[in-house]
Amino acid sequence: MSLAQHLEGPARPATVRVGGPRGGPPLSTVLRRDNWRLQPVLVALGLLGFVAYVVWAANRNGAFYAGSVGRDYLSPLYSPCITHSCISSGYVWGGWSWWRVSPAWLILIFPGAFRATCYYYRKAYYRSFWLSPPACAVADAGSTGSGLRQHYSGETRFPLLWNNIHRYTWYFALIFAGILTWDAIAAFRFPNGIGLGVGTILFVLNAIFIWAYTLGCHAGRHLCGGNLKRLSQAPIRRWWWKNVSSQLNAHHQLYAWLSLFSIIVTDLYTWLVASGTIHDPRIF
Amino acid sequence: MATLVQEAVPAGGAATSSPAETVTLRLWRGDARGGEFRDYTVENLGGEVVLDVVHRIQAEQAPDLAVRWNCKAGKCGSCSAEINGKPRLMCMTRMSSLDVSEPITVSPMRGNPIIRDLVTDVSYHFAVARRIPGFHPGPPEPDGTYRMSQVDVDRVQEFRKCIECFLCQNVCHVIRDHEDNKPAYAGPRFFVRLAELELHPLDTLDRRELAAKELGIGLCNITKCCTEVCPEDIHITDNAIIPMKERVVDARYDPIAWLGRKILRRPAPTPAAEVASLTPAGRSGEVISIEPRTPPGGPA
Repeated sequence: MSLAQHLEGPARPATVRVGGPRGGPPLSTVLRRDNWRLQPVLVALGLLGFVAYVVWAANRNGAFYAGSVGRDYLSPLYSPCITHSCISSGYVWGGWSWWRVSPAWLILIFPGAFRATCYYYRKAYYRSFWLSPPACAVADAGSTGSGLRQHYSGETRFPLLWNNIHRYTWYFALIFAGILTWDAIAAFRFPNGIGLGVGTILFVLNAIFIWAYTLGCHAGRHLCGGNLKRLSQAPIRRWWWKNVSSQLNAHHQLYAWLSLFSIIVTDLYTWLVASGTIHDPRIF
Repeated sequence: MATLVQEAVPAGGAATSSPAETVTLRLWRGDARGGEFRDYTVENLGGEVVLDVVHRIQAEQAPDLAVRWNCKAGKCGSCSAEINGKPRLMCMTRMSSLDVSEPITVSPMRGNPIIRDLVTDVSYHFAVARRIPGFHPGPPEPDGTYRMSQVDVDRVQEFRKCIECFLCQNVCHVIRDHEDNKPAYAGPRFFVRLAELELHPLDTLDRRELAAKELGIGLCNITKCCTEVCPEDIHITDNAIIPMKERVVDARYDPIAWLGRKILRRPAPTPAAEVASLTPAGRSGEVISIEPRTPPGGPA
């Protein structure tokens, strides 16, 4: 074969070898000197605490509406209240007599799915519970010879593949944010007209944090305008994408936690008022 | 939020009013056959970055020390290493930001194969680059030019800041801790490249199936370490990886998007193999293997 033929012949598949021994100590040796364990531990405690509270609050199945003490406060964990037990609690909606357990379990499916598939919470639970990795430049649980996960498949297989439904959970989250906004407006309703109680402020703050978290969603940011090739051709979507979605998205982690706490505080306060444990001070 | 770029200096540490007279760097010395940390103590001149001190050690105590560097200004991306366990550029890490009361550990990037001392083999990243088709504009306008608005390229310009230091690739646990994923995974730097092309107003290729099937974007579990270590402060996860993941959802997992394409007679996502055939790696049939590379002089 001539040199010319050799050079012009069909390209042979080439193999690029990229492996080999690494430098430095084994990856299981953590060289970081800062307190890298703190963040995953705090996140794990925060998430476990929230789940524990929600399980308790959902199983409570009572004192979730403060109508009997003259306040139109409905716990966010029980809103919209559409089962039979809502009527018995004094709430005007309801009627689903076939739903036997706490109405909270029916409602929590939707915001629960929204948060479980949220890009921020994914980071949080992958780090804190999967330990994959627990912190940056710290070996993940499958690589330290623990035998937990010798092959890592990320979000390519069931069940984690289902995190891709996040945008559908976002559609429902928008509806729920609207419902919680209605609850915040209803919290201004007092027996003799419009008023403002401490609970009203909590309901309004809760609605604000829920909206800030929901509108800053990564999937929502994509659907609002991020999916466009040319933002200049859709000025309204561009404005929303730039000034609302992206601004809130930059603080998505903050609003994820603030809204989590505001849900707990609002539910706890509603329970305390509805059960007669405390009196809701009226500001005007 | 905690960040890997800034390091806390303990109160009363040497970085405050009275700098220590000496500093000790604990450098990794070795090659593919093995290695160890060795301590080098030099005078603390103040006002230096880690690379300056490494250079003084090289000049005064260890002339055979291998270290890759170039611009000393955080723009060439050559001097990536792990300083006290955190992936950083040596030239952008001030000594005054570190606690010099104990030895400062400098190891090579532990996600790459070692060549010698602080120098690693970054071949993998260039092999991945050859698997991504470049810019493919459509036909020009009648006057022979291309036009685009600034607002359309704002997003893309953030990605142009990348200096290819590969710190994000190094810290990504998908390949750092699971090397078997290397043949089927691109890594954060190249998801940034994909986003740069996919979001470009003039580009016409559809790389979504390629991203899912050949470049493994589904393996990324968005733990944001790439963003934390980026010396150029590119929001890799929020602005590149997640937008690419959402585009992949458009192409593969969203039944409403699928129905919309059917009703509006929009083209289906371009098959990965078709897009891959446009790349240098696709044309030559290049594949990535995680077997060790044979050094020029034969096995080590």
